[in-house]
Amino acid sequence: MIGRRGLLKFVAGPPFVVLAAFFIVPLVLIAAFSFREGSGVLGPSDGWAPTTEHYAEVLSTPAFMRLLGLSVLTASIIAVLATVLAYPVAYFLTFRAGRRAPLYLILLLIPFAVSYLLRVMAWKLMLGPEGGINSLLAALGLTDEPLQLLLYSRPAVIITLVYIWIPFAALPIYAAMQRIERHHLEAAADLGAGPWARFWRVTVPLSLPGALATFFLVFIPTVGEYVTPDLVGGTDGIMYGNIIQGFFTRSANWPLGSAMAMIMLVLTLVVVAIALRIIDVRRVAG
Amino acid sequence: MIGIGHTRVPLRGFFVAMLVLLYLPIGLLFVFSFNAATTLSFPLSGFTTEWYASVIGNGPMLAAARNSLVVAVASATLATTIGALVALAVLRFSFRGRGLLLAMAGLPLLVPYVVLGVAFFLLFVTLDIHRSLLTVMIGHTVVAVPFATLILLARLSGLDPALEDAAMDLGASYPAAVRRVVLPIMGPTVLAAWLTCFIVSFDEIALAIFLVGGDPTFPVFLYGQLRFAQRLPVLIAGAVLLMLGTIALTVLITRLQDRRSD
Repeated sequence: MIGRRGLLKFVAGPPFVVLAAFFIVPLVLIAAFSFREGSGVLGPSDGWAPTTEHYAEVLSTPAFMRLLGLSVLTASIIAVLATVLAYPVAYFLTFRAGRRAPLYLILLLIPFAVSYLLRVMAWKLMLGPEGGINSLLAALGLTDEPLQLLLYSRPAVIITLVYIWIPFAALPIYAAMQRIERHHLEAAADLGAGPWARFWRVTVPLSLPGALATFFLVFIPTVGEYVTPDLVGGTDGIMYGNIIQGFFTRSANWPLGSAMAMIMLVLTLVVVAIALRIIDVRRVAG
Repeated sequence: MIGIGHTRVPLRGFFVAMLVLLYLPIGLLFVFSFNAATTLSFPLSGFTTEWYASVIGNGPMLAAARNSLVVAVASATLATTIGALVALAVLRFSFRGRGLLLAMAGLPLLVPYVVLGVAFFLLFVTLDIHRSLLTVMIGHTVVAVPFATLILLARLSGLDPALEDAAMDLGASYPAAVRRVVLPIMGPTVLAAWLTCFIVSFDEIALAIFLVGGDPTFPVFLYGQLRFAQRLPVLIAGAVLLMLGTIALTVLITRLQDRRSD
């Protein structure tokens, strides 16, 4: 370790400065704006008198709180579905795919490389009144008129986002399963455990941290979604994120939008804290 | 596994069904991009390459693709550099604030993009910096840092620090040891990290919507044009062409990361 100490400031310094300036300071600015008197568009010189009125407004507006609850619920459903569907995929890749596992893994990840927007569009095209599913049903003579409920609804948002997240969702579970010692399973077999007993009592407990990591890694970005709800959700499928985005574009109200963003940030940090409590990070990160 | 039986759950069937479900919508887009109609209705209306031909003449679309390319190259390079410095600092130095640095480099992954979008928006408003490709590039650098850091950290933690010490015993300065010993070994991983950051930026929209000025990135351009149903096939054709590029990159990343386990 000779000749290094003096270099620390050159190695750790730049990332510290960049991340403080462009990650920490911006988050602090949300807090600053959210406690700032006034509404609409506020420049740096428009006064910084402190107030909690924006939080009071968000908390006392039932429509906002309802959307927040719905967004948490929607994101939870999406994260659970993605985890549950990805679990057998990861299991197959780890224990059954054998030497072809790397090839299968690439096949699984290719859809994740397809543009996010393009994949949302694919579902919009399929779910629409003149879209793939409806016209196929009609062509097969199964329906007389298009099913309207497919597009512009909350289920459309859920289907689309579960689809988008499945390939990624398999990765943390796959990583956890790869670290399961085969000896444990052999030992369980020697002691008389059948395939199901081994699955429930060895594989599941040892892969649970991976599954929980998947849940949180899907939940966090999804709870703040606004692009997919905008494209396939319609008025019934909008989420909390759409309101925040609206306050910085169409109906500009920066302090109110900041208070809403702040509430979402605190909520996410609480979720992260809970996640860190129940998952041993070092085991997931390897 | 040798010698122990399996449950009879048809996992291979499940996996194949999953792949079909994952590829079906993408396949339909591909079909749609050759279909002579502006809606995806069955039966299809006939084969055309007209949409692909119009991509070439679509100036704004090509400009947006070029913008995304520039932003992605710049932010991937910056994010990989920052990620490499963080990985080196955390694994090769002991100092107070080590945990803090690691947390700062990882946390952007755990903040919803709409919140980060607001955060950057307010930063640039407060600094009176006009939104442009530069502001998008800054935002994308920050969200790509966790990916670069995690990938490089994982590889560097498997590399014996004695290698650098040996190089330094032989008279190399620390920067020279990093450049001539660590970097060559880490090469494929650094490239994989760079490509991952590139894709993160190239495809990113939720942050970019908050940060673009007059010059859109490709996803923002696409998003803005989606209202016009007539233009949909051309947009999809353009996006399909770019998709082939990102798929090639993903296969490359996976291969680079496989190689490191040898």
